[in-house]
Amino acid sequence: MNPHLLIAIPLAPLIAAVIAGLAGHRIGRAATHTLTIAGVAIACGLSLYVLKQMYWDGVGTFNGPVYTWLVSDGVHIQVGFLIDRLSVLMMSVVTFVSLCVHVYTIGYMSDDPGYTRFFSYISLFTFAMLMLVMANNFMQLFFGWEAVGMVSYLLIGFWYTRPSAIFANLKAFIVNRVGDFGFILGIAALFSYTHSLSYTTAFAAAPHIAQQTLPVFGGVNALTLACVCLFIGAMGKSAQVPLHVWLPDSMEGPTPISALIHAATMVTAGIFMVARMSPLFEYSNAALSFVLVIGATTAFFMGILGVVNNDIKRVIAYSTLSQLGYMTAALGASAYSAAIFHLMTHAFFKALLFLAAGSVIIGMHHEQDMRKMGGLGKYMPITALTCWIGGLALVATPFFSGFYSKDAIIEAVGLSHRWGSTYAYWCVLFGSFITSLYTFRLLFMTFHGEERFRHAAADRSHAGHEEHAVHVPHESPLVVTLPLIALAIPSLIIGYLTVGKVLYGNYFGSAIMVRPQNDVLAHLAADYHGPLRLALQGFAGWPFLFALAGFGTAWLFFLKRPALADAAAVKFAWLKRILDQKFYFDWFNEQVIARLGRGIGTGLWKAGDQGVIDGALVNGTAASVGWFGGVVRRVQSGYLYSYAFWIVIGLAALLGWFLVHA
Amino acid sequence: MHPTGETEAVLVQILFYLFATLLVAGALGVITARNPVYSVLFLVFSFINSAAIWLLVEAEFLAIVLVLVYVGAVMVLFLFVVMMLDINLAEIRQGFTRFAWLGWITAAAVIVEIVGVIWGHGLGGVDVGRGFVSEPANYSNTLELGRVLYTRYAYPFELAGVLLVVAIVAAIALTLRHRPGMKAQDVSRQVAVRAKDRLRVVKVSAEKRS
Amino acid sequence: MITLADLLTLSGILFALAVAGIFLNRKNVILLLMCVELLLLAANFNFIAFSRMLGDLTGQVFVFFVLTVAAAESAIGLAILVVLFRERRSINVEDLNTLKG
Repeated sequence: MNPHLLIAIPLAPLIAAVIAGLAGHRIGRAATHTLTIAGVAIACGLSLYVLKQMYWDGVGTFNGPVYTWLVSDGVHIQVGFLIDRLSVLMMSVVTFVSLCVHVYTIGYMSDDPGYTRFFSYISLFTFAMLMLVMANNFMQLFFGWEAVGMVSYLLIGFWYTRPSAIFANLKAFIVNRVGDFGFILGIAALFSYTHSLSYTTAFAAAPHIAQQTLPVFGGVNALTLACVCLFIGAMGKSAQVPLHVWLPDSMEGPTPISALIHAATMVTAGIFMVARMSPLFEYSNAALSFVLVIGATTAFFMGILGVVNNDIKRVIAYSTLSQLGYMTAALGASAYSAAIFHLMTHAFFKALLFLAAGSVIIGMHHEQDMRKMGGLGKYMPITALTCWIGGLALVATPFFSGFYSKDAIIEAVGLSHRWGSTYAYWCVLFGSFITSLYTFRLLFMTFHGEERFRHAAADRSHAGHEEHAVHVPHESPLVVTLPLIALAIPSLIIGYLTVGKVLYGNYFGSAIMVRPQNDVLAHLAADYHGPLRLALQGFAGWPFLFALAGFGTAWLFFLKRPALADAAAVKFAWLKRILDQKFYFDWFNEQVIARLGRGIGTGLWKAGDQGVIDGALVNGTAASVGWFGGVVRRVQSGYLYSYAFWIVIGLAALLGWFLVHA
Repeated sequence: MHPTGETEAVLVQILFYLFATLLVAGALGVITARNPVYSVLFLVFSFINSAAIWLLVEAEFLAIVLVLVYVGAVMVLFLFVVMMLDINLAEIRQGFTRFAWLGWITAAAVIVEIVGVIWGHGLGGVDVGRGFVSEPANYSNTLELGRVLYTRYAYPFELAGVLLVVAIVAAIALTLRHRPGMKAQDVSRQVAVRAKDRLRVVKVSAEKRS
Repeated sequence: MITLADLLTLSGILFALAVAGIFLNRKNVILLLMCVELLLLAANFNFIAFSRMLGDLTGQVFVFFVLTVAAAESAIGLAILVVLFRERRSINVEDLNTLKG
């Protein structure tokens, strides 16, 4: 494979981002979006070309350095690409979703003063994400990891005049620091054993490291510790419990980036990383159990929160959390292919859902509260239709793309015999009920039922704005609906087309390593007889029945008898309270951890800095010198006779000393 | 002075003890006298006794120098200053005994130390109990001193002269003062004067104009 | 016959008296100067005693220089005193403590 072609993939968006960022005001809006879209389109086209080469033309894996940054003590820190079927799939997904989002942004951000800045950021993000995905060493992985985190921070705080956005981006940054700390510790642990940053070395050394014991916490298996540390990084980036708290708040950013960064690509970096590190994780059952339990917990409990939220974007955000939990659970069950497959299908339908939600928000004049919507299907048919497709894919309706991936995950978790797999299985199974419940609640509340926006308008006019007639929502422009359609098509069919290859056809080859005793997907593959059979079987499976139950519940509570929902909320007030408080995670972080941190900081500041360093060391030195001087000063009385006395006494003393010692 | 050797030695010893007693008494007077003028006079007395003792040990030149230079010049200078300055005696004497104990202790310590040095260490082989041997009758202390002073110690001697000049200049420079309104001659200006500073030729018309 | 010990003892007593005088007359600068003269006198006694005892004239030469330096010191010390008195109308040592830091 031609390395120059590979270099062009991340560089095209980078160049576009730099030009758009530095000269965006000078070259104008149209030039900016043309340029950045061209950059991403080049990256997307080349990625698809590489995908075609690798899959259909049988070109082998590319693994090599393209630029050596520095060599220190024999350690090569370099930019290098590992292009195999895993990374090329990720590259294609990232660039395709990014392209759709770029186009969509033209419509969504059309009246925003930060238009060029936004394009610069999302192109920069595309570059960073590609660097992360294409990396063949931990250094570059970490660079991409931090770079996407930084762009995420910039984009969450894109509307930097809003205090809530500033709070949210700071929160995202700090929570990710916690995860990144674990990540860098994991890299350091691996580095200390291999003395190399290259993936290849680390993977080759995995069985050896698994034999070692690290003398921390009373002796831990070195590989388990390294993998858990790496996964803590993934927990921060992919928003797994308990480091998930930043993701719902990140919805303060513009909707396109919610779709691109906080649903389709960046948050899946953790999933990708763990799949990439499968040769390491495979040798540590304990680490995989940890991954499995965290993922299942996230999948179930974060889904529940989606049921009670009223902000359309936040519901989708919680849905993202839940789906990321599914992927993580699949990783924990050693079903890496299923996780990546779900990552891909999810990227399409979740981006679609977000963009559809964005379209609704445009139609509602930037109103995000679902209680003020309803009946929009009539006014926004394309949005409603695409959103329904996304929703059906999300709840794993057979034949939709989400079905193939999610069903495989649930089955894989069920087949796994790892510690915690029973708990995880029930979590993901009930999770499909919850998924269905919040998805249809969203669809019903938004597109069907009573047209509540008229009440809102009426309320406004009562308040004295007579001229404010009812805002009848309207369908969004073509630049908005086109990406919706572009994403709806893969949401519909990509699962059907690729399930046989990606999931059961050994598509990944050597890119993902699964030890035979862990290979749950092989059991599933044995029962696989084509996507059609699979979908038909799906109608009889438990997940579908749970999803159907969720559909029925949502229909009853939110469409047929909305009063029932209110009644339930009153009856189960304690439960609602817990859910409204999001299981008290934020409360815990702010009241306990943050307060503890501030307390320690204040203590160190007062006692350590002001007390010891300033007080005892700095001022103490000066004070003791001053004190000593004050004492010695008494000798220097200034009186002539005292000097004479001292001279004479000194003479006598010297003579005495001389007498005694000489 | 040429009686028998024995008699001379006894006489010298008696004279030494006499002068020594007077010297100590004078020194005591210097440090205890209430009036500084008396102190200076006691000091003069002490110096004269010292000179006498130095004569007894045949250091004639220095004895004469002590009397001439010290008593004659330095002590007169002291007396001059003491009398010139208006010293408040009551104030000076106040708290006379405040540090006296320290003084006596230090003095006692110094004596103990000197005695310790003399009797305890033996001064490197010199017998402290040895008496002074008289020089021959034709020996001139002044001549011998001058011989070494102008040969071996010529350079330090000149340095001492320079030091004295510096001291004179310093003393004059310190005490000299320019009082405003004082009528004094400025010799350098008198010497440097030119005719045109003093004399002005003025053209005056021969007749008064009407 | 005068022995070396006699002279050394005398000089020691003289020296001790001068030291005591410094403590006793601490307030009067002129007397301090006079005590210093006594100290030098005591030292000169030692020089002369050893010079004579060892038959080395260097000691007497040194006394000569000591007298020179002492005279110079007295002259300058007294000059300073005069200036001081002119400035302050007092030579009380207790008034002169501007030397301290």
